[in-house]
Amino acid sequence: MSRPTTEQFNALFSPRGVLVAGASTHPGKFGFVSLHNVLASGYEGKVFATNRDGSEVLGITCEKDIDDLPAGEIDLVFVCTPASANNALLRQCAAKGIKAAFITSAGYGEAGDEGIKAQAELVALGEELDMLLAGPNGQGVVSTPAKLCAQIVAPYPPSGAIGVASQSGNFVSSFLNWSVQTGVGISRAVSAGNAAAVGVADYLDFYAQDPETKVGLAYVEGIADGRAFFDSVRSIAERKPLVIVKGGATAGGARAAASHTGSLASDDRVFDGAMRQAGVVRAATVEEAFEAAATFATQPLPTGNRTVVMTTAGGWGVVTADAIHESNLELLQLPEDLLAQIDTKLPPRWSRNNPVDLAGGETRDTIPEVMEMIASHDSVDSIVYLGLGIQSNQAKMMQDGSFYPEHGLERIVAYHQRQDERFATAAAEISAATGKPILTATELGTADPDNAGPAAVRASGRLCYASANRAVTALGHLWRYAEFQQRRNV
Amino acid sequence: MGTLSEEASKALLAPFGVPFLDERTVPDAAAAVGAASELGMPVVLKLNGDAIAHKTERGLVKLNLGSAEAVEAAANALLAAATPADGDVSLLVAPMIASNREFICGASTDEQFGPTVLLGVGGILAEAIADVSIRLAPINRIDAEEMIEQLQTQDLLGAFRGEDAIDRTGLIDTLMALSAAITENADVASIDLNPVLIHHGAPIAVDALVEVHDSNQTATASEVSA
Repeated sequence: MSRPTTEQFNALFSPRGVLVAGASTHPGKFGFVSLHNVLASGYEGKVFATNRDGSEVLGITCEKDIDDLPAGEIDLVFVCTPASANNALLRQCAAKGIKAAFITSAGYGEAGDEGIKAQAELVALGEELDMLLAGPNGQGVVSTPAKLCAQIVAPYPPSGAIGVASQSGNFVSSFLNWSVQTGVGISRAVSAGNAAAVGVADYLDFYAQDPETKVGLAYVEGIADGRAFFDSVRSIAERKPLVIVKGGATAGGARAAASHTGSLASDDRVFDGAMRQAGVVRAATVEEAFEAAATFATQPLPTGNRTVVMTTAGGWGVVTADAIHESNLELLQLPEDLLAQIDTKLPPRWSRNNPVDLAGGETRDTIPEVMEMIASHDSVDSIVYLGLGIQSNQAKMMQDGSFYPEHGLERIVAYHQRQDERFATAAAEISAATGKPILTATELGTADPDNAGPAAVRASGRLCYASANRAVTALGHLWRYAEFQQRRNV
Repeated sequence: MGTLSEEASKALLAPFGVPFLDERTVPDAAAAVGAASELGMPVVLKLNGDAIAHKTERGLVKLNLGSAEAVEAAANALLAAATPADGDVSLLVAPMIASNREFICGASTDEQFGPTVLLGVGGILAEAIADVSIRLAPINRIDAEEMIEQLQTQDLLGAFRGEDAIDRTGLIDTLMALSAAITENADVASIDLNPVLIHHGAPIAVDALVEVHDSNQTATASEVSA
């Protein structure tokens, strides 16, 4: 089976009109929820619906017969009808010029011999009709450039540059929920369902050429043809970063083999080696995968691994240095000229070492100034910045307490919040200006997302990492990818 | 799947560039003593045969033989240990080299991904430690270099217990040779070089086991029915 054409993918992700087939008046049914989600996400194309009795659903008058719909105005049909009705329905859709179908219906490959037969017929029909068939038994498709949320579940994520494809619909939801929580947005997302005609790798291949997408993010389980998957993801990773998390990693461990090599070559080790060889970023968990993708989507790629930790307090820096030692990154020993530069901005008690511990020696402008000195130095490739939001955290306690706004509290609260906003903005601006990653980590990003610091990181479009360790893990993935490309002159 | 003898395995692999010692295959104890004095003692003696896969487990490797008497006694003991199931057997005589570091290099055929190449820390704990890296064949030299970098036990690669640092180029060459062998020879199903010792910093495979695909399933079936 060949990959769908760009025109077909455009019909799926940027349809001129959408038809919900099998729209229901019952708000608990998929046929209602999907129409609701298409309308609620602000989709700007024309929306049509069909059902058996021609009733009205959410203000849309449903047609009983697809033949009564206009031709040439609809690109995508979202199918919520029973499997037995679908073949006739798709033929009618093709006659109206519909080029892509997302099929939510169950009763195919997952449903025994009968279902497997029905799925084979479905695939053959798709080829005959020259129609992209996504699913069946899938959850839906999201495309933020088209403001499209054709899904049987929430959420609709903020727009951004991460392209999601998943063998499990649940994990599409997980990735999109992380997107909602962090503010780092999604370009496209699709659950492959049974992947009868279009597999995860096909969607990822489209994302690799999609100008709206900067990074692919995928969940995979079983892989039918490992070699084809390898060839496919290797070609994708040459064009764009690709992050994969795999389920069933421990399945099929050691096996009986005449050779030691055979018994050492467990399924997961072979998969892991293949992904490294393909230049694919493999993440251990769903959150690690999302954060790696969010980092590729929002930070420049580092050109080396020399990292500086910048902190306003000692303990955080020590733990971050430990994490860097355990990673593929290097904790840069600060060059003399940089030490001398920083000396001009801080009292003598600062660490004079990496981590750069400001030791409370900062005045109004110190943090942005020192950050800029570090980022501008040739021997520095990236920065992890810790300590954002402490002042605003105190400000919140003052604001919530009974003394506010007297005793000068109103003024100091505003100052603290302004400062944290400034630091977060500076991190994003200096990173963009120098082309070097600057990752901001604080647990306040999750403990109090409204804190002025994390809120400003979010407003800058970047991820506020919940811990320094998670920032180091994400940065390590960026460097592994960049190094792979550098070595091969891609 | 069948296995090749150690001698045949090495003969298949050597042209691809797998580094082996200068060794002799001989039929009996007297010839073994002759070969040992030619190579210089101490030597290692092993029983060689198509059906012999796990020699160490069966006590079919005699190490550190320093005299003609020791070689003769070991040769007789090995020939006496051969069973009818071993088929035709001979003796392998090889120089004894000392090394504190053992690696395992290999290749095997994965059901999903096809031919693969493997590098791991060797020795009797190899499977328990499982410090290995795997790539799909064919590999290039950058892949091979990254396989070496991926090993957790990086300290083994530097200067170690009075021995030189490992010549990574030699290790890369060996992995490239395995990649070529399993890709270019369609009969090869798996290869074990276990152990690969480090001698003056360079890797040397002191054992080899090649598994071959059954060349003709139909013929095998008809043989069984006959």
